[in-house]
Amino acid sequence: MSSENNVTSENNLPHDAICILEEQTQLTLVDLCCACAVHAEQIIELVDVGVLEPLGREPAHWRFGGASLHRAHTALRLQRDLEINLAGVALALELLDEIESLRMRLRARGGE
Amino acid sequence: MEFKDYYQIMGVARDATQDEIKRAYRKLARKYHPDVSKESDAEIRFKELGEANEVLKDTEKRAAYDQLGANWKGGQEFRPPPDWDAGFEHSGSGYAGDGAGGGAADYSAFFESLFGQQFRASGARRASSHARGEDHHAKVLIDLEDTYLGATRTITLRVPGVDAQGHVITKERVLNVSIPKGIREGQHIRLSGQGNAGIGEGKAGDLYLQVEFRAHPLYRVDGRDLNLDLPVAPWEAALGATVKVPTLGGIVELKIPAGSLSGCKLRLKGRGLPGDPPGDCYVILAIALPPADTEAAKDVYRKMAQELNFNPRAKLGV
Repeated sequence: MSSENNVTSENNLPHDAICILEEQTQLTLVDLCCACAVHAEQIIELVDVGVLEPLGREPAHWRFGGASLHRAHTALRLQRDLEINLAGVALALELLDEIESLRMRLRARGGE
Repeated sequence: MEFKDYYQIMGVARDATQDEIKRAYRKLARKYHPDVSKESDAEIRFKELGEANEVLKDTEKRAAYDQLGANWKGGQEFRPPPDWDAGFEHSGSGYAGDGAGGGAADYSAFFESLFGQQFRASGARRASSHARGEDHHAKVLIDLEDTYLGATRTITLRVPGVDAQGHVITKERVLNVSIPKGIREGQHIRLSGQGNAGIGEGKAGDLYLQVEFRAHPLYRVDGRDLNLDLPVAPWEAALGATVKVPTLGGIVELKIPAGSLSGCKLRLKGRGLPGDPPGDCYVILAIALPPADTEAAKDVYRKMAQELNFNPRAKLGV
C-alpha cells in the first residue's frame, strides 16, 4: 500500500505537552495505576518488594519519580510474560540494571 | 499468507508432550523477552513464540493445527482448506475477546485465518477496567547536538489501523517533536494525549519516546559526561602546552601540564551535556608519534635515542 496516502501530519505540539518522563517527580499511586492499567494492589506489591521506591510513608502520600513508570511497566511485563514471582522480578531488574551500567561504562571507554 | 511452523519456532518435535512444550516456551520466552534480550529482532521473535505457544499449549488448538498435516514448511504459501476445523469443538469460554483493543495486530494472518474471532486468546492481554486509551511506545534516535542545543525532529511512526473496508493497514504518523535540551540516553520523552484515543469519555493515552543517541564520531557518552580522545604530540605532553579542543559548544583551549602521560584524563568542567549541574567533558590524552618518513625526522629520533637515557621497559625488568 502506498504510505503517502496514509500520512497524517501534526503540527508542533504545545510545549507543555512535552516533558522528560524521568524528570517528573510527583506521580501519585493513582497516576501510576492509571498509566499501567493495573489495580493499586499490584503497585503496592512492587513497592513492598523494593522494585519501586516512592517518597512518603502512606500509600496515599506516596510520590513516585518518573522513572518508576518505566520500571513498573517492565516489572509487570516480566511478571506476566515469564510467570516469575515478585522476588524473581526484583532480582531480574537489579541484574538488568547492572548489565546496563556495565554496558554504559564499556561504551564510555570506547570498548564496544 | 505464509505457513507458520509452530513446532519449529518452539524448537520441539511434532510429538512433543505438553510438558516439553511448556518447558521449551519458558526457556525461549526468557531468552527473547524484549525487556531482557538485546537481540535486535527480540520483539518479533517473542511475538512469534507467544503465538506458537498460544496454539501448542492448548490441546484443542494443537489438534486442529496438527490436522493440517506435517508436510508444511515455515514460510510456505498457505490457504486454509475449507472446513479445515470441522468436527473440533471450541470451548468458547476461555477465548472470549477482551475488547481492550489492539489484539488483532498481535497475531499473524496465518493465526487469524485458522483461529479467528471465536478462538481469540485473552490470556496474554492485560485486563483493563479503565476506559483510558493505551499508551504508545517508540524509540527515537537523535544526535548529541540535538540534546546539547535542543531541537525539533520530525519522526515517523508506523501505526497499525483499520481502513474503511475493515482491512488491517499500516498508517504512517508524522510528528514534530521538540527534543528537550539535556535529555540523556535511555530517558523517555512523554507526549501527553498522543497515544490511543480513549474509550467513551476516557482520556487518550500518552506517547513515550525512548531516546537513543546516534554514535558520535568524537565523543563517547557516559551519563551527562562526555569522553573525548585527544591526540597530542610527544613534545606537547612532555613540555606542556595549550591546545585547542573541540567541544559541543565550540572550540576551547586546554592547558596540558608538562609530563603528561598517554591515557591521562583532563576535565573540562561543565562542557558535557547540559543539565543542573551540567556534565563535564573528559579529555583523554593519546600521544601521537610523528612518522619517521624523512631524513630530518629520522635524525631527530636518532638524536633522542642517543641523548635520552630512556628504557620504556624498565618496569618489566629487561
